[in-house]
Order: sequence, then structure tokens, then C-alpha cells
Amino acid sequence: MSMMKNFMTWIDDRYPATKVWNEHLAQYYAPKNFNFWYFMGSLALLVLVIQILTGVWLAMNYKPDAELAFGSVEYIMRDVDWGWLIRYMHSTGASAFFVVIYLHMFRGLMYGSYRKPRELLWIIGVIIYLAMMATAFFGYLLPWGQMSYWGAQVIVNLFSAVPVIGPDLGVWVRGDYVISDATLNRFFALHFLLPFILAALVFIHIVALHKVGSNNPDGVEIKKGPKGNRWSDKAPADGIPFHPYYTVKDIAGVAGFLFIFAAVVFFAPEMGGYFIEHPNFEPANPLKTPEHIAPVWYFTPFYAILRAVPSIAGSAFPGVVAMFASILIMFFMPWLDRSPVKSIRYKGGLYKAMLWIFVVNFILLGYLGTQPTTDLYKLLAQIGTIYYFAFFLLMPIYSKMDNTKPVPERVTE
Amino acid sequence: MSADGVDLKKRRTLTLATSAVGAVGAGFVIYPFLAAWAPSEKAKAAGAPVEADISKLEEGQLMRVKWRGKPVWIVHRTDKNLADLPSLDGGLADPNSDDTGQQPDYCKNPTRAVNDKYLVAVGICTHLGCSPTYRPEVAPEDLGADWVGGFFCPCHGSRFDLAGRVYAGVPAPKNLEIPPYQYLSDTKILVGADGGSSS
Repeated sequence: MSMMKNFMTWIDDRYPATKVWNEHLAQYYAPKNFNFWYFMGSLALLVLVIQILTGVWLAMNYKPDAELAFGSVEYIMRDVDWGWLIRYMHSTGASAFFVVIYLHMFRGLMYGSYRKPRELLWIIGVIIYLAMMATAFFGYLLPWGQMSYWGAQVIVNLFSAVPVIGPDLGVWVRGDYVISDATLNRFFALHFLLPFILAALVFIHIVALHKVGSNNPDGVEIKKGPKGNRWSDKAPADGIPFHPYYTVKDIAGVAGFLFIFAAVVFFAPEMGGYFIEHPNFEPANPLKTPEHIAPVWYFTPFYAILRAVPSIAGSAFPGVVAMFASILIMFFMPWLDRSPVKSIRYKGGLYKAMLWIFVVNFILLGYLGTQPTTDLYKLLAQIGTIYYFAFFLLMPIYSKMDNTKPVPERVTE
Repeated sequence: MSADGVDLKKRRTLTLATSAVGAVGAGFVIYPFLAAWAPSEKAKAAGAPVEADISKLEEGQLMRVKWRGKPVWIVHRTDKNLADLPSLDGGLADPNSDDTGQQPDYCKNPTRAVNDKYLVAVGICTHLGCSPTYRPEVAPEDLGADWVGGFFCPCHGSRFDLAGRVYAGVPAPKNLEIPPYQYLSDTKILVGADGGSSS
């Protein structure tokens, strides 16, 4: 035993191993009232690890070449031992990542986790979300199927819609006049790079989290409450050590998540065309657009917003601006919410209604984004787009008008 | 170390000058990385003109040739198609092809073509770059009773007539692009070059 102790002392003199362990796990006091929604952060980390691991393995057999890419994916599926499993884990992982992150973001909206002093934590989170979307977009081109090709064509042309510099910008992003081998090759490089940047951003996100401390379902600041618990008389009374309490809780979450994840990987990896779209089983054909183009489900709410905005003065740019604005507006959440309370538990009916309609509206927009445009759907998407922006832009007004309830001093059981 | 006799003003100036030179150097280093994303010489060479043989193209048919990796359509229009064109003007966004960027000067005419019979157009929707579908039939159920043939973009529902002119009120902002082209003979078209007769 003393040999082990000597060893750790030797290490700690040269690297703060015990210090980091204590500060971020064993003596990091998190609120004791975490619920289901607090699984999502650790699950997102798990999915990131799954994606990096399976992604690197896929790269061992994948060929980023317009002539070979489609065939190399089929090769992985049919001839590489267990290749099908690694690929389905990766493709399912992409969708799982967004499921978990959307729930994680919704948790933030519910409990006011973006409010002071967590503004930067939230902003770093939105940057992570943007990096995830970029990673997913670059990755979707790689199988070089019809939907890969034409999806990328539509998205890259968003840049071409920028006034004046647009067309040149589009050519610059593609490295060619159309999506081509040059585009595929660079998207592969970027798709390989971004997850590591993502991992660095996640690290920064956690550093910010541990600086301000976790929020909780009551939105009560445990650091401002009374001190002293079973482990330390200086720690917040409502805090419990992250390890072992939340490490063990998160393992339970991981087990539940993997149960569902494995079921999808084994029994429904295409998820009826939502996780892997049907036209993607056909190799990319630059001369023929599929009958109906839709991005993967996690982009469809924003795609619906893009399509809902009509072109103005001969330019498709307003739709592009609306789409990017719909994501960038999230950066301003910390300053849009003027409610005196953080958590949905103590907010009034007005705010609750706005939030729940927002959720329904987001799902509706997501559905509309997968469907071909008809006059009715276009009108619905336009109404949905207006509500989407109204939720954010009117928040300073309705969050103030809202009848809030008194917040308790301590977290509730 | 003692700070006696240190000329702080001079030190600040030198620090500033060094940083500025360093920033300029960093700027120079960034350039090749950005420029490396532009189309390579090989990609540019692949943009060479292509020949199309239209001798076997029947009335009402569409053929595709690949130019700069993009689909270029050649449509053999019927007399009825040509007669229909002027009647559509009222519902179009740019019936007279006033947007000079979308066609060479010699195609700024009612049929947007060198020879009225044949439409040559880049088959890429001016909205977000999908390739519209050729829908020559009259009044199909999904496109409505007024449809006299044209192109329909499956991505976002943009509509174009058989001269590649965009209908008003659809997502696509501009008429389909007419590439530079010339007739080498009655049955041969060279797409991508016009012997310098454009603009």
C-alpha cells in the first residue's frame, strides 16, 4: 500500500493527477437533485467517443475518391469483418448524437441553464452545436450516394447565394465548378479534423461548467446556499461529490442508452430512411437529381426555415440569412430571458406555454423539412418560422410579464 | 534584473514593430492555405468545351451533355412549344431575359436560343443547384391545368418554361443559365465556346 502511495506522491510532484481528480470528480460537488435530463451531457461525451473510435476504424478502409468512395463503403459493409457493425454504429451514432444534444439543449431551456453566471457555458455549447453540424454535413458527403451529392450541392449553393462574392465563394468551397472529387477529398479531411476540435471544445465546455458549477432542476444556486455536508464543511450543503454519486448514476444512463442504441444498430439502422436516406444507396450522379431532396432529420427544421422564406429581389439570400439567423439567435438566449426565476418549475403559465409550443413547432418544422413543398406545407412552414423567431425575439417581453412562483431557498428533494 | 535605465518607450515601439512584422508574415503564410482551395489546373482544364450531336434528337426530346461537370440540356422544341412561349410572359419573373448574366447576348431573344428549335441550357436550378426535371406534358395532375410543358425542380418546387425562363413566385430567383455555345454544323453544337461572339 505504501508503495502505491509513494508512487502517487512521485506523480503528484510532477503532474497534478490527484488534484485534478479531486477538483473535478471526487470533491466536485454537484447539486443533489439531478434528474433524467442530466444524463444527456455524459451521453453526448460517450457518443463523441463512439464516433471518433468507429470513424477512425472506417477511415482505415474508406477511400475519399469520387471513383472509389461509394464502392469502398459497400466494401466495408460486405467484405470487411464486422465492417457493417462499425459503419452502422457510426451512422446511428450521428443521429444519436443529435438526439442527445437536442435533449441536452432542451434541458438548458427548461431549467434556465443559460442564465447568469452560465452565459459563456451556454455560448460554448452553441459553438459545439455548430461544430457538430459542420462535422455531420462534411461526413454526409463521404458515402458519395445520390443524397450525399445533392444534399451537399444544395448546402454549398447556400454560400453561392451571398450577394457579390457568392459564386466565387461557392467555387472556392467546392474547389471545382460542381461538387467533385476535389470537394469529396477536402470534406473527408475536414470531417476527420473537426471531431478533435469538437473534443477540445467539450473540454473547454467542462472547464466553464466546473468554474460556475452545475445548475439544477430548481435553478437554485447551491454555492449561495448554506455550507457543510457529510464530506466537507466548506462544500455546499446541497452538493454531493460527482464521484461516486453521479459517475454511478451516469453509468445507469449509459446502460439505458446503449440498450436503445444497440437495438437501432441491429434492427433499424436506416430508421425507415431517416438515418440513412434511401437515395443514398445509389451512387452519386451529377446529371440526375433525385425526385425529392431532404437533408437528414437533424437539419430539417432549419431546412424548412430556409424554404419558407421567399426570394426577394431575385436573390435566394434572405432564406439563407433566416436559416443561419435561426441558429445564431441561440447565442443571445442568456440576455433574452428576463424572468426573475431560472427554472421552468417556478415560471408561470405563459412561459411554459411558449416553451412547449416551441418544442411542438420545432418538431413540426422538422417534419415539414423532410416533405416535398406544397402550398399548404409552405404556409405551415412560414407560420412555424414566424413562431420560431417570435419565441426568441419576444422573450424579453413575455418572460417579464409571466406570473412566476416563489423560488425556495434550498433545492427540493 | 534591474529596470534601471530601461527605455520603456523604445521597448514598446520595438514590441509593436515586431508584432506587426510577425502579423504580416502570418498573413503571407495564410494565403497559400486559402488559395489551395481554389479549383486546381486540372479542374479548370476539365471545363473545356464539349460537342453534342443533335441529329438523332426527335421533337420534344431532351438530351444531356456534361460540361464542367454540370448537366447541359438540349431540347428539341415543337412548333407548339414555341407558339406557347409568348403567352406565358405575364406569369414570368424575367420574360425578356433582362438579367444579362444568365445568357450570352446572342441568346437574349424570345426563345433564348441561337436556333429557335433547340434550347441549350445549363440544367441547374438557379435556386440551390438541383437539376430540374423535364416535364413536357400538358396539364399534368401535379403541376396544374395551366402547365404547357417546362421544367420542374423537385427540390423546392421552382418552375421554368421551355425557354428556361423562371415563373414568378417560386424559390428560384433567375432564369436558367444559357451557356455560351455555337453550331459547328446543322447537327453539331459546341457547348462552352462561341468563337468569341459573346458579350
